Amino acid sequence: MSAHAPEACAGCPLGKARLEKLGVATGAADHVVALAGNPNTGKTTVFNLLTGLRQHTGNWPGKTIARAEGGFVYAGARYKIVDLPGTYSLLSATPDEEVARDFILFGRPSVTVIVVDAARLERNLNLALQVMQITDRAVLCVNLIDEARAHGIEVDVRGLSRDLGIPVVATAARQGEGIDDLLREMHAVATGAFAGRPRRLAFDVPGLADSVRRLDRAIERSFPGVPNREWIALRLLEGDRKVIEAVRDGSLGELAADHAATGAG
Amino acid sequence: MDDPAQTREDLLRAAEQLRWDLPQDFRDRWVENVYGESARLAARRVAKTGASTRLAWERRLDRFLTSRWTGYPTMVLMLGVVLWLTIEGANVPSALLASLLVEHGHPWLRSLAEAASLPGWLSGPLIDGLYLTTAWVVSVMLPPMAIFFPLFTILEDFGYLPRVAFNLDHWFRRVGAHGKQALTMSMGWGCNAAGVVATRVIDSPRERLIAIVTNNFSLCNGRWPTQILIATVFLGSLAPPALAGLVASTSVLGVALLGVGLMFLSSWMLSRTVLRGETSTFSLELPPYRPPNILRTLYTSLIDRTAIVLWRAIVFAAPAGLVLWLICNVRIGEATIAGHMIHGLDPVGWFLGLNGVILVAYLVAIPANEIVIPTVLMLTVLATGATGVGEQGAGVMFEIDDQGALGTLLRGAGWTPLTGLCLMLFSLCHNPCSTTIYTIYKETRSAKWTAVATLLPVAFGVILCGAVAIVWRAVASGPP
Repeated sequence: MSAHAPEACAGCPLGKARLEKLGVATGAADHVVALAGNPNTGKTTVFNLLTGLRQHTGNWPGKTIARAEGGFVYAGARYKIVDLPGTYSLLSATPDEEVARDFILFGRPSVTVIVVDAARLERNLNLALQVMQITDRAVLCVNLIDEARAHGIEVDVRGLSRDLGIPVVATAARQGEGIDDLLREMHAVATGAFAGRPRRLAFDVPGLADSVRRLDRAIERSFPGVPNREWIALRLLEGDRKVIEAVRDGSLGELAADHAATGAG
Repeated sequence: MDDPAQTREDLLRAAEQLRWDLPQDFRDRWVENVYGESARLAARRVAKTGASTRLAWERRLDRFLTSRWTGYPTMVLMLGVVLWLTIEGANVPSALLASLLVEHGHPWLRSLAEAASLPGWLSGPLIDGLYLTTAWVVSVMLPPMAIFFPLFTILEDFGYLPRVAFNLDHWFRRVGAHGKQALTMSMGWGCNAAGVVATRVIDSPRERLIAIVTNNFSLCNGRWPTQILIATVFLGSLAPPALAGLVASTSVLGVALLGVGLMFLSSWMLSRTVLRGETSTFSLELPPYRPPNILRTLYTSLIDRTAIVLWRAIVFAAPAGLVLWLICNVRIGEATIAGHMIHGLDPVGWFLGLNGVILVAYLVAIPANEIVIPTVLMLTVLATGATGVGEQGAGVMFEIDDQGALGTLLRGAGWTPLTGLCLMLFSLCHNPCSTTIYTIYKETRSAKWTAVATLLPVAFGVILCGAVAIVWRAVASGPP
């Protein structure tokens, strides 16, 4: 069934806009989409559906090792989409987590789609919250909603969206369900038509909030306009070697320059 | 101009200082923070409507597939069934393809060349060398791959592989390796080069090296056909015809399991000697079972896997066929180059329960394991041609339309069940193909570890085959 769904949809209008798959021919893209999520939540299925590519998907965690790239056109805008390796968190420094984290932080995606398993929301939201710590431009894709339904699990998508402060879409990517909604929300965030105000976590550890605030000011002095100062401060406090290196050689500043150029919606 | 650099250093120093004032476990507490928040969100926005029968069913299946008493037998049985289906199912299409490409295609091309009055030095290497080797590879390899890969992919899509990893994790940890090595091992059953690349999922460099060095003990798809063919001809034929397929698949299963055993043994040896260190823990989420999408599975495994592997075999087999034709037809003194090589390696081969032909074939087939059997056949025809068995002439791959004829040819060349058994063992334990060797070098960036990964299996193979040959001969020549 799902093998035919994309062909059937490519010709029909998706709301006002339509999807055109570009495979690997990304060319110069207007927007870059990062696909993040826990292992085995169907990121690669979403990726294949949007690009028309056939990256091998497998029902076991850690299938995507390197990142895959593809392209599509939606509502007249050219998109490049990057399928990141699945990770449980962005906090430890395993190679696959570093690939995912560096891309979200330094790859400057116009929108990060966080794919989560609807039936395992409690565990999957950990990563979503961590991604939202890094970027304002995120869409939560509650995938495998068909499986969740079969398990008798209902997800309140609107409520979740209100809680998180970012768009939330329910999908069943294997069946092509909900992809139109996902495209619409992605487009809105990427173009800046929708500006999310993601929920940021409070620092529940004594002294942490204070330390972060002090570093935050120092970071602003060294890198005026850099986004996610709180997150950078946190990483510095933890002694993250990669972030320390980016501060030392000044490459953290390029992030700020680009952020200003694209204009935060 | 070094002012900005100075402020950046100040920033880093400030962070260093502030770190001392924080509670030591601030990172853990912050992580707990994140987990608590997601739990709260999920509790508020996720509703469970009634008990799910599917969840209960999945739990029961999980318990069955991962329990100590039922998990291991199920794994062995699954692999056995997959192999049996492959062996039984591949016979007919293999014979059909051989008849089409070799029996009819080859004479037709020859007559075409004669009609075009192509000179022998051109038509020989092209049609007898290049075409015939390629045709052989396609007819011997395509049917088993077209059955094996989809079956394997269906198991993978269903979610069985992570359960295998779960079952084997305990054993990998006990030998000092990483539990995820079970995953790279399964990948190696498809292709060792892919298995080596897949070791990137292992974070610890020590455990990753163990996984890379021992991956070659996973029989790759270039070697499954060799195993299947030799088991059918030499071991299956020892049993009554009704049981031949079962005996053959059981012996292939035995070799595959021996490979798993050797992987554990060599991992243990490495982790106790040169790669000593702590075993790291990891969490593996058992994914839900998903009904495999059969059409999609067929498509991906045929187009993305079978076609790519077959193409690789052809790309390597075609030039190898050319080289073969040359060494079989260029003479130095009395005999051809191949003749000299076979003669020189015969004593070594005898010691290993093999023969010179097999060893030369393994030298020629370093680029791709897939062409070992075609090369053996071609060299056998050459070697036995002197005694009048071969009629096609030197260096022309013999036309074998069924496995009975293959057995007749090989037995005529002095092969015994011992030769078959040792060939199966040597096929399991010999150097990786050149693509895998190159991949190992690219992944480890170390000539030393590449050499270890290349030579370690050969050492195992020599010991194993030598021991089997000695025992076999002792039993065979002993009192009845």
